[in-house]
Amino acid sequence: MTDISAVGQFAWLLLVLPLVGAVILLLAGRAANKWGHLLGCATVLAAFVYGVILFFDITGHEADKRVSELHLFSWIPVKSLAIDFGLRLDPLSVTFVLLITGVGALIHIYSIGYMSHDDGRRRFFAYLNLFVAAMLLLVLGNGFVTLYFGWEGVGLASYLLIGWYQNRPSAATAAKKAFLMNRVGDVGLAIAIFLLWANLGTTQYTEVFARIHELSPGTILAISLLLLLGACGKSGQFPLQSWLPDAMEGPTPVSALIHAATMVTAGVYLIARSNPIYDLTEDGRLVVTIIGTITLLIGCIVGCAYDDIKKVLAYSTVSQIGYMILAVSLGPIGYALGIVHLLTHGFFKAGLFLGAGSVMHGMNDEVDMRKFGGLYKRMPITFVTFGLGYLALIGFPFLSGYYSKDAIIEAAFSGEGWHAWVFGGAAMLGVALTAFYMTRLMLMTFFGKERWKDIKSEDGKDFQPHESPAVMTVPMIILAVGSIGAGWFLTSGDRLAQWLEPSLGQLREHGEGPIPGIGLTVISLALMVIGAGAAWLFVGRKDVPVQRPEKVSWPVRAARADLYGNAVNEALFAKPGEALTRGLVVLDDKGVDGAVTGLAGTLGFLSSLLRRTQTGFVRSYALTMLGGSVLVVAALLMVRFS
Amino acid sequence: MGTGLLIALLVLPLVGALVVAFLKNDDRTAKIAALGVTLAEFVLAVLLWISYEPGGARIQASSSVDWMSQLGVHLSFGVDGIALVMIGVIALLVPIVIGAGWADKLPAGRSAGGFLSLILVQEALMVGVFAATDVFLFYVLFEIMLIPMYFLIGGYGGARRQYAAVKFFLYSFLGGLIMLASAIGCYSLAADKLGHGTFDWATLVTVVRDAPLGTQVWLFFGFFLAFAIKAPLVPLHTWLPDAAEQAPIGVAVILVGVLDKVGTFGFLRYLLPMFPEASKVLAPLVLVLGVIGVLYGSLLAVGQTDLKRLIAYVSIAHFGFIAIGIFAFTSQSEVGAVSYMVNHSIATGMLILVIGMVIARGGSTKIADYGGMSKLTPVLAGLFLVAGLSTLSLPGTNSFISEFLVLLGSYPTQPVYAVLATIGMILAALYVLWLYQRVMQGPVRGNALVGVSGGPGAATDPGKAAVTDLNKRELLVLAPLVLLILVLGVYPKPVLDIVGPSVSATMSAVGVTDPVPAQEGK
Repeated sequence: MTDISAVGQFAWLLLVLPLVGAVILLLAGRAANKWGHLLGCATVLAAFVYGVILFFDITGHEADKRVSELHLFSWIPVKSLAIDFGLRLDPLSVTFVLLITGVGALIHIYSIGYMSHDDGRRRFFAYLNLFVAAMLLLVLGNGFVTLYFGWEGVGLASYLLIGWYQNRPSAATAAKKAFLMNRVGDVGLAIAIFLLWANLGTTQYTEVFARIHELSPGTILAISLLLLLGACGKSGQFPLQSWLPDAMEGPTPVSALIHAATMVTAGVYLIARSNPIYDLTEDGRLVVTIIGTITLLIGCIVGCAYDDIKKVLAYSTVSQIGYMILAVSLGPIGYALGIVHLLTHGFFKAGLFLGAGSVMHGMNDEVDMRKFGGLYKRMPITFVTFGLGYLALIGFPFLSGYYSKDAIIEAAFSGEGWHAWVFGGAAMLGVALTAFYMTRLMLMTFFGKERWKDIKSEDGKDFQPHESPAVMTVPMIILAVGSIGAGWFLTSGDRLAQWLEPSLGQLREHGEGPIPGIGLTVISLALMVIGAGAAWLFVGRKDVPVQRPEKVSWPVRAARADLYGNAVNEALFAKPGEALTRGLVVLDDKGVDGAVTGLAGTLGFLSSLLRRTQTGFVRSYALTMLGGSVLVVAALLMVRFS
Repeated sequence: MGTGLLIALLVLPLVGALVVAFLKNDDRTAKIAALGVTLAEFVLAVLLWISYEPGGARIQASSSVDWMSQLGVHLSFGVDGIALVMIGVIALLVPIVIGAGWADKLPAGRSAGGFLSLILVQEALMVGVFAATDVFLFYVLFEIMLIPMYFLIGGYGGARRQYAAVKFFLYSFLGGLIMLASAIGCYSLAADKLGHGTFDWATLVTVVRDAPLGTQVWLFFGFFLAFAIKAPLVPLHTWLPDAAEQAPIGVAVILVGVLDKVGTFGFLRYLLPMFPEASKVLAPLVLVLGVIGVLYGSLLAVGQTDLKRLIAYVSIAHFGFIAIGIFAFTSQSEVGAVSYMVNHSIATGMLILVIGMVIARGGSTKIADYGGMSKLTPVLAGLFLVAGLSTLSLPGTNSFISEFLVLLGSYPTQPVYAVLATIGMILAALYVLWLYQRVMQGPVRGNALVGVSGGPGAATDPGKAAVTDLNKRELLVLAPLVLLILVLGVYPKPVLDIVGPSVSATMSAVGVTDPVPAQEGK
């Protein structure tokens, strides 16, 4: 820990800038219609500029002098509990600052165009600004409670933005569902904090990490699993994954920023940040590995079945975050790999979502890929940028995803015994599935017959696909550049891993697995080709029916039903919960009320009195009684004066 | 200076009530006079807050005169940090309530003067009950306090107001009588030990605490029953939903926001220091009732179909949290519980007011009569959400601080109860957001909205609906609450600092200390 630098002194600006933007936009009302979007972009851009300055300031120091804390004020002080409102400036947090403000600024700018027809655009920017402020607090906070503040803050922004079209019942329901499932995770995070407090007497990172080894293995395991529960909620991991696809009810820039590039990766951040805890518990890490693996497969499988372009991308996000969670679960050989993939994914997935938004923008907000087709001619920029994001995602050689995902697969294959085959194998299988669903998406959207020509949109108009304005395409182009080069840039010479060392420890070399590294690369490339080829066989070489075929095999039906995730939730929680609630209401109205009132009645006169209120006669009765007590009091007063 | 301020705080609303009562024929003047009095009261409360020294004497601004010297009863008043913040909340909420009800139509034949003088009397009595430092005086105020509330509910409430008012009165009154028996028991203990009986709180604390456990338990239950009805704890809660449903909005704010806190205040001021051994022995009972309150109250809130009853059940859940915090016996849980009392008043007070504004527009208290209001009244919807988010204890709002402190503080001594209560966080999100969804989101619909806008069909064309967004007065009334919700969420230190020493004093009276973090590994 070093003293805060002159530049770091101003790190509070990162929170205040977007927050002030949000407050002004919310209070100004209609007056802000003309300039609201510009203010919204300006605050995030300013935060980005400061973030870059801060980055260079920190790189200017020796590697061992790159961690510092800025104390702002004492937030919740009660006796020995001293919860500080402070910021931790270190390579990990600054990396996230650059991602959040950089990609955030691009998506803000894109939204100027995307939301140009929306009456509430200024409010949209207010919510986006609010999100950026909360997300920055999440990654900058210097303790678990400030993290929790940001954690639920981004949840609020996500809730507001998923429910943006709040008069649409599906949007309102999706927003509520997202918040609720996140709260389930938050309970885990909260109890983890309680455990830290009870056992260590502190919740600040520095003190927790310095003393975590004092705790028993059981306690550490419990903390690691509770933190994982929090991560599962926020990052859409099994078994709390089903809110994320529904979150696509929000406007597409929201999906790009919150539900692809930044917020949903907070779980990965949490585990990486808590690396001193996870270092100490192999059992805890194994559970994390299992969760990540299950999730990456669920995401891939369901992604193959959807026709809704945003939902496919959403399940792709679920799956890719599964890869990141898998990476950080591997411990010192994986923390940095998870963050690298998080960053490259931030570029290409944000780009893919913006591309999808651009397609929707030109297609009357249609999301059903069966109604697309042949759009590459109409939307060349969108096609190229989206295509680059696609190639990056499936791991096409030398694009971003190739570097970041390959490293994770290799690390997963370095495990002992069955670990290598199961986890490495699943990660490998994911490559083929990813290539399949993404190629299917590309083919259905940009290639093939122009199916939109013969049908009308839901509001009864002809489809007239067109390229989006520059304010939307420029951010897409910038993100496409990231999709191409970020992977190579971040991984060559382990550049990012070394930069993150002060936060995550040294990236350890993993041992050789059952298959040598070059062999893994060849196999995963082959699987990628197989997946893409299969997609071509299914949808590329023949016409895609505009109507979704309903007579399909059971695996397809299962995938279309989200592998029954929602059905399980419904059967396990929703239905019994409803029944319980209804039963309790009856119990309370009839049973408890009657029993207590009846009991009192046997003692005195309560129930008979209450019965008689219905006759109107009791009023005088009660008044008499009141009068009596007033007399008693008056008499008591008289005692004093006698 | 403090003493004079506290006496002024007690007397001013009574004088005001007298004046306002005579303004029967002039509603407007009566309202202005009442508002003036309550604003002056607020200024006095702020001054008292400023003059209070957190590190100073246990009870400050104290005064005492003989009342019934034969019985050792005094008219004695004074405040500690806990009473002080509650008096602050009263002084804050009453003018807001008057402002919120400015345009309400009273039942035929009733004047604003009558209504407002009852409110003012209520205010004086509530200040008195928190400031009393004589146990008998406390009992008397505890009971008299019911009278204006009885008339406020029974005279100005909804269709079943008589039933609700009588139920409210009888529950509380019976509880109070049992408390009186206990108080007399304490008196005779003092008489045995000191040679003369007394009701002086500070003296009784030193006497009763030494009584044998069996005696303490009996005396404990007398007080506990009265407080558990007031606070209310399950299963003694069923009067509250009826009272809250039937009470006029402003009265519901006072009832749920302040009056009920006398119960949890009583736990802290009377149960813990006077019966420390019994409190420790019976803590599991209260903790169980607290957890049941949290889960049961929350589930019932989810199942309600009436706006006002829903709030009542939310409050029952929140009182469960407060009870857990008080009986978990750590500095953090106790400070959390006290700040919960303050923050619940602010958040729930605002939620009731906002719901009143919804009802004023839709003309119904049934949730099913609403839908999609955010489209017609976006500002009202936004403020509804702010109050709701504070109710579900979102970080950044005041309520987060208190709920988090209660849970975090309870965990080291009572991990099982703390974890069970934490589940309440999920249920809170469910009842708040589902309520928001049903009233504010989705398509615009509902007979009530149709009725307001003048005929069927109007609701399908929102442009024609006559429902208007918040006016300036309504905004002004809510603004201080919104501000407090946000400021106390980010900077709660002023409240935590002022209640801290009083909580420490209470804890040392019980003879409990904070657990030292377990150093398992060593």
